Amino acid sequence: MYALVDCNNFYTSCERAFNPSLQNKSVAILSNNDGCVISRSDEAKAIGLPMGAPAFKYEQFFKANNVQVFSSNYPLYGDMSSRVMKILEQFTPDVEIYSIDEAFLQFKGFDNYNFEDYGNQIRQRILKWTGIPTSVGIAPTKALSKVASKIARKFPKETKGVYVIASEDQRIKALKWTKIEDVWGIGRGLSKRLKLKKCRTAYDFIQLPNAWIRHNFSVVESRLKRDLEGITTLQLDEQKNKKAIATTRSFEYTFSDIDNIKERVSTFATSCAEKLRKQGSCCHMIIVMLSSDRHKKDLNQHRVNTTVSLPYPTDSTLIISQQAVNAVTSIFKKGIKYKRAGVIVTGLVAFDNYQLNMFQYENPKHKPLMHVIDEINTKYSDYKIKLGNQDLERTWKMRQERLSPRYTTNINDIIKVK
Amino acid sequence: MIEYKSTSLTFFIPESFENSGVPFFNAGISAGFPSPAEDFKEQRLSLDKVLVKNKEATFFAKVSGQSMIGAGLDDNDLLVIDRSLEPAHNKIAVCFLDGEFTVKRLKVDSGEVWLQPENPDYPIIKITSENDFIIWGIVTNVIKKV
Repeated sequence: MYALVDCNNFYTSCERAFNPSLQNKSVAILSNNDGCVISRSDEAKAIGLPMGAPAFKYEQFFKANNVQVFSSNYPLYGDMSSRVMKILEQFTPDVEIYSIDEAFLQFKGFDNYNFEDYGNQIRQRILKWTGIPTSVGIAPTKALSKVASKIARKFPKETKGVYVIASEDQRIKALKWTKIEDVWGIGRGLSKRLKLKKCRTAYDFIQLPNAWIRHNFSVVESRLKRDLEGITTLQLDEQKNKKAIATTRSFEYTFSDIDNIKERVSTFATSCAEKLRKQGSCCHMIIVMLSSDRHKKDLNQHRVNTTVSLPYPTDSTLIISQQAVNAVTSIFKKGIKYKRAGVIVTGLVAFDNYQLNMFQYENPKHKPLMHVIDEINTKYSDYKIKLGNQDLERTWKMRQERLSPRYTTNINDIIKVK
Repeated sequence: MIEYKSTSLTFFIPESFENSGVPFFNAGISAGFPSPAEDFKEQRLSLDKVLVKNKEATFFAKVSGQSMIGAGLDDNDLLVIDRSLEPAHNKIAVCFLDGEFTVKRLKVDSGEVWLQPENPDYPIIKITSENDFIIWGIVTNVIKKV
């Protein structure tokens, strides 16, 4: 059996755990730089606040509906997430952390278990210990456990947050209830194509002939189909290294000069390089993106990206930053007000296992230098060592006007009790 | 080892330590007398281990005010709170009452819940269905500067 444990409105629930007066209120959490809504309480959903709503457009709405709005507090969410995941490991050794607020569990050798009870125990322990409500779906396969968790989430009164698909009848009923666009692994494009074929639910999907699916889609979809049929096909994924690492941000202001943009891109490149070294990878390719403010339709729009192939894989901040800055200079156009940039490093290989190049290679001094920089920046935090093309004054100028305290990671921010 | 029991299986979770200050005995020197302490090394004491019994459920809070001075909770003291513990009569609990956090001693008597301050200047509070009330966690330790 598999379970999918999904934290309900996770960021919102984290805020509520330390600020219980937000219970039963409309709450919205904004993305980095207070850009758009990325988490909503059920109450906020009910009054029609859409996911992804740009904050500046909805200021009136927030005020009129008394929505409590917060900047995203990733130190808090990260800590609460790791608490939840650690608790899950107490229920089975086989846990796949799927995202910050979701995990798959596999139960091997749990024969004769009452999974409804077990699911309730999981839910209760997480709720009591961390204050985070979850929806638990349990079923014979991964894809079905995801379906079950959606049912648990949608019908909290009937399911009390836990739903088990055990019988064939329950499976069929659940699949008929699940809309095709809500099936795990079926994206927007695919669900559009399937709907044209009158395939509207997960049940319709498993009625499609295997040959047709393989011919029109890929092996991924045919494996998904088997999983939905109740035949264990998808396994828990091992903790894998990422295939690409991205740092993309909106700026606080718009920039129309190249200097500010170079600085930002260098900082994003630095962050990517750090993440590369953390997971022990080197990158072959750097993608740099630049775009104007797409909400300001009256201004000249310019959205562009470019890819740089490196002669040898690297994790050196010096090289990645230099290449990224060159790349952004080449795509920058005068007279555009840019609002957003991003650096993505991809084509990743393990740092100790890549093809060497006879004629071009990284300066061997970079590796020990990066090691020292990482150590110092970790020890003293706040980026004591930066590249010359980064802004030395700028520490962390993310716009976070509505940030809640870092209740669990900063001693000065812990809750006060009278 | 922490132990979790469910209906038929018992789980043992290995404990891991970070920054616990393990002493390092360098016994690899070929010349010289080997350290006589080598065979007797133990983990250096860690306050974390003493004060935090359940890492995932433990949170900290700061005392503000005088209402619990009788129990040794002074202004600005640091509280260690374990949310996994069950509330019970006479335990000191952090509660959320009508919009703010408060720390008081729980008094449970024939189905009624009271919040008992430990300072004669403060009134005892009876919890009724009118109150917006949750028991947030149980206080296990208080840490104070002297």
